[in-house]
Amino acid sequence: MTFLATAIRNAAPLVARRAALKQAPVALSAIAQKRWNSNSVEMTVRDALNQALEEELSADEKVFLLGEEVAQYNGAYKVTRGLLDKFGPKRVIDTPITEAGFAGLATGAALSGLKPICEFMTFNFAMQAIDHIVNSAAKTHYMSGGTVKCPIVFRGPNGAAAGVAAQHSQCFAAWYGSVPGLKVVSPWNSEDAKGLLKAAIRDPNPVVVLENELQYGLSFPMSEEAQSSDFVIPIGKAKVEREGKDITVVSHSRSVGFCMEAAEQLAKDGISVEVVNLRSIRPLDVETIVKSVKKTNRIITVEGGWASYGVGSEIAAQIMESDAFDYLDAPLTRVAGADVPTPYARNLEEYAFPDTPIITKVIRDTLDKKIGA
Amino acid sequence: MLRQLSFASVLKTRSVPYLLHRKALYSSSSAALQHQEKIKLTPSLETVFSPEFKFIQNAEPIPAYRVMDQSGKVLDESQGPDVSKEFAINIYQKMLTLNIMDNILYEAQRQGRISFYMTHYGEEAFMGSAAAFSPEDVVFGQYREATVLMYRGFTMDEFMNQCYSNDADYGKGRQMPVHYGSKKLNFQTISSPLGTQIPQATGAGYALKLSNRKACAVCFFGEGAASEGDFHAGMNMAATLSSPVIFICRNNGYAISTPSTEQYKGDGIASRGVGYGMDTIRVDGNDVWAVYNASVAARKLAVEKNRPVLIEAMTYRVGHHSTSDDSSKYRDRHEVERRAEMDNPITRLRKWLELKEWWTKEEEDQYRKEARKGIMKSFLAAEKRKKPSVEELFTDVYDELPPNLVEQRQELADLMKKYPEHYSTDNYVSGLK
Repeated sequence: MTFLATAIRNAAPLVARRAALKQAPVALSAIAQKRWNSNSVEMTVRDALNQALEEELSADEKVFLLGEEVAQYNGAYKVTRGLLDKFGPKRVIDTPITEAGFAGLATGAALSGLKPICEFMTFNFAMQAIDHIVNSAAKTHYMSGGTVKCPIVFRGPNGAAAGVAAQHSQCFAAWYGSVPGLKVVSPWNSEDAKGLLKAAIRDPNPVVVLENELQYGLSFPMSEEAQSSDFVIPIGKAKVEREGKDITVVSHSRSVGFCMEAAEQLAKDGISVEVVNLRSIRPLDVETIVKSVKKTNRIITVEGGWASYGVGSEIAAQIMESDAFDYLDAPLTRVAGADVPTPYARNLEEYAFPDTPIITKVIRDTLDKKIGA
Repeated sequence: MLRQLSFASVLKTRSVPYLLHRKALYSSSSAALQHQEKIKLTPSLETVFSPEFKFIQNAEPIPAYRVMDQSGKVLDESQGPDVSKEFAINIYQKMLTLNIMDNILYEAQRQGRISFYMTHYGEEAFMGSAAAFSPEDVVFGQYREATVLMYRGFTMDEFMNQCYSNDADYGKGRQMPVHYGSKKLNFQTISSPLGTQIPQATGAGYALKLSNRKACAVCFFGEGAASEGDFHAGMNMAATLSSPVIFICRNNGYAISTPSTEQYKGDGIASRGVGYGMDTIRVDGNDVWAVYNASVAARKLAVEKNRPVLIEAMTYRVGHHSTSDDSSKYRDRHEVERRAEMDNPITRLRKWLELKEWWTKEEEDQYRKEARKGIMKSFLAAEKRKKPSVEELFTDVYDELPPNLVEQRQELADLMKKYPEHYSTDNYVSGLK
């Protein structure tokens, strides 16, 4: 949660959270991140995604969008607002309620030469279509000896939301991240959202874009470069959001925001935290992580998903298999979601996902562990 | 006042004679009807309220359209087929070739020369559907549709190379045998999970519609695969989105060991098409001309009117499900033999040809001999070829090798260079640099 949301919640429990999110507050982390660029504008993640979709639909007539509620309703989360009006019902399609149906349809269309963007209302529902994503989209290029391409994008909110319980809150980064043949990206801020979605749509491989519902309403600065209709972020490259020298904190999606807040708070105590925003889950930018570990000698990972077999586990394994292992002064700690299906009750839900205080604590604990001391 | 209603809904009569239609069965004055409340179901379908309480059961199973009987005699001259001698003989010869190829490759698996195979015994009449489509029509098969590939010109070498997973295999040795694919023949690479091709075919049809190409998608599946959730999803989407796709169900009586009597409780697969608002026909799947006529008409509807069509072809799987199956475990061998003899698609077409004096026994013997020779030649050539280069382990996961695979490939290349005695590539095309 953002600082602002927490403050409001303490003041007025009932309507606080939803209202806070609807007002599109400027995240504390965004303020921390603001560039000294007079040409940057504030844009919500939702609008950044909308802009990316509009630009790519305009640029290439093979691109089309489908999913539940994407057209007439303007999107369940309004990400596709205005697109039906602009591009018409042949390019923006409302589908019947069948993930297996429309993901399969989109896959077939991609195998036949179009460039579909398949929206899942959340990636939790994509499980009903996961065969099409994994067995067809991901594997066909390989199985067909390179003759059949599948330039498809699967996108939608992933991971924690607020008060929607177990079947609407799971993070699928590890699930899709394990599949060769897929590319998987996980944007944090508005620039990430726009640049990665555009890159995904232009990529000839199948790409899974894991957005986050709670991020949609947050505003972040968009640099002049990011405002251009040619702005893409390369898939497979992480970004060092904040440079530091005492410890590396690697994260993706919403958790990056909490890591930035933690870094800001710890800076007051003289602790210099380097925050790495993965941006891409697959391919994983191991090079950037290793370079950072060699500089700081300590690392933790932060994710909203479960620890077991997760993104942090993969990073730990990669470090052990690389020469960064010899640079570690302390073992890696994974900060992850509690090993339970997400509870509904708000107090329990708060305990189920990592937030700034937890991250701060783990950073301090890691820094206190000196080998041999 | 309305008299008794037999049906809960009023359906409009369709104009095409041999496609399914139902007539309105209630009678009352149209004036009374005009003032009645209507329930709008779809833009072209509406129903009324009725005080009669009744559960609906499917009263009449859909009949199966056939052109010729078991002795090759045409039942209704108006049904043709309107084809030339060359056209008919080409279909017949390809059915024979497929049958002989199946014999040889099945035996090859039994001898351990290839790892797996699936035969088409009893289902050769689908050559008739292949003959109805145009080369631009995109085909999504299940796994028993080499008929279509063969008709379109997939060569014997190409079949054999795939089954042997050698260096000439288009799939680069990554798929099990019979999982053919051909970009130039518009035949999608076979995918193992059942039924997933159904919504994908709907999507391919949709793509063709969007690009204004006068072509359709064709989707084959068995009556067992039609139980998958994807069947419902794909059919419903094709109907609601007006996707030009022809769904062809090979109802061959068995899904491995599950007989069709246990696969569904209703009137087969055809009854479902009606439920989706789709043009539907059931045909005699062992009558090549019934399959052909239905496919021609279906293609016209799909391509000219963007209407999806369902064809349920009733046939019988004479062979085992695959080389991993022994069907004598769950069905009577004599029943199978009887069916194979009594209702054989190849025999029926031959009799039709003989009645027209377009084919003789001498030509039959001659053709079989030559076909077998040609098949064996390709078979032995494919067997001798080397397997794909180890290089192909790493390629095509993405359009370009990702960094981790570049690294691993280099590691393997170094190892192979350093310890050649442990990495024999005698049977492989060399290529790792």
